[in-house]
Amino acid sequence: MMNSDLKNVVKGWDRNTIASKIADDLPHASYVNLGIGMPEIVSQHIKEGREIIYHSENGLLGMGPTPNENEIDLDLINAGKKPVTILPGGSFCHHADSFSMIRGGHIDYCVLGAMEVSIKGDLANWSTGKGIPAVGGAMDLVAGAKNVFVMTQHITKEGKPKLVQNCTLPLTGAGVVSRVYSDYAVIDITKEGFKVIDMNENISIDYLQNITDGKVYL
Amino acid sequence: MLINKIKAEISEMLSEIFDGATIMVGGFGEAGSPIELLHGLIDNGAKDLTIIANNAGNGRVGLGALIGQKQVRKVICSFARSAKGITFPELYNNNEIELEVVPQGTLAERIRAAGSGIPAFYTATAVGTPLAKGKEEKVFNNKKYILEEALYADFAFVKADVADRYGNLTFNKTARNFNPIMCMAAKQSLIQVKKIIEPDKTNPEHVITPGIFVHKIIKIDNPIIETNAIEEGMIYP
Repeated sequence: MMNSDLKNVVKGWDRNTIASKIADDLPHASYVNLGIGMPEIVSQHIKEGREIIYHSENGLLGMGPTPNENEIDLDLINAGKKPVTILPGGSFCHHADSFSMIRGGHIDYCVLGAMEVSIKGDLANWSTGKGIPAVGGAMDLVAGAKNVFVMTQHITKEGKPKLVQNCTLPLTGAGVVSRVYSDYAVIDITKEGFKVIDMNENISIDYLQNITDGKVYL
Repeated sequence: MLINKIKAEISEMLSEIFDGATIMVGGFGEAGSPIELLHGLIDNGAKDLTIIANNAGNGRVGLGALIGQKQVRKVICSFARSAKGITFPELYNNNEIELEVVPQGTLAERIRAAGSGIPAFYTATAVGTPLAKGKEEKVFNNKKYILEEALYADFAFVKADVADRYGNLTFNKTARNFNPIMCMAAKQSLIQVKKIIEPDKTNPEHVITPGIFVHKIIKIDNPIIETNAIEEGMIYP
């Protein structure tokens, strides 16, 4: 388990750097669902020449950027209930069709935040176990999308690892995460453990191991 | 006599509502939420209702207002938390309202299934999570699934954009959401629309919900906009 003195000693990648690493891994012409919050900025980092089609689970395929103040339409919102736009070639559908896109395995990638990710690829991101339980579409997304990417800080604000041997919080899905993008590393979930495929240039593998609860390897 | 599902008064729309009814309420947040019908339900006074919706209301308008009147016994929804939610959290924290949390896609599919004569189906959603507790598990092609049952309702409260007297409906953008499938799943679907057109002006290629799924329609041409109503401090009734 990590040494809490290490908390924030080495500055990790900022969220735009993490977002651009994710964006670089989304192939041209893929259908992508970006979770509410930090994952939304991934769309700002897509390389020129690539076209990505964004799905919002409330029945919008071909979602565009946030509208200008004078173009806001409260009937045109995203899954976070924020005003958005629709791009040429976009379409609307009802909720069952929209989730058929997810459950039927038609969404190529989804990018979600995490509270915990286990070494087996279990994800906990919907409940702290306190307050009113509310799940939204997270469980459908992790069960149905072809690839589940997690975008997260490597450790919590309290300095605890988020990449863990076993999740302690209620699961969103078991064995569903394919890759984690944190402020310290890009990690694939493999049978052998957390496989590091990219690491922050300012840290060593020992440092990474120290802030991860589970075996990391290069 | 011509078929005509259009009603003049909200009281006619709600004439068959009863205590203990299960009511589906369309909308995703405020988009597509049938606020005037919900206010009509407050005026009607039916109690012990079970509400099936994606959310549990904002402020003291629409669904938030109905819950605040303590007319609702149970809410079945995917996301009962909201920055502007007041009434549901109050009652929930006092154990005065029941909550069944359902993943959003499972909620949509359970509703669709009910409308399509499918009593239950297997899904991978929620496998291995607390929401799979007590549900039958089965393996197909080496993958685990759980059994989910169809969600039926006595009534659906729906907001659409345009209707004709046969009940052919079109919706506006993402205000479509749960509305079409709820029309299919309820014994009686009650629709508020902004605009009514003559059937010869309905383009059959553009109909989203065919009239067979629609029972009563009322024109509300200038519906309350929830965001504005909450900002202005509206409290219903």
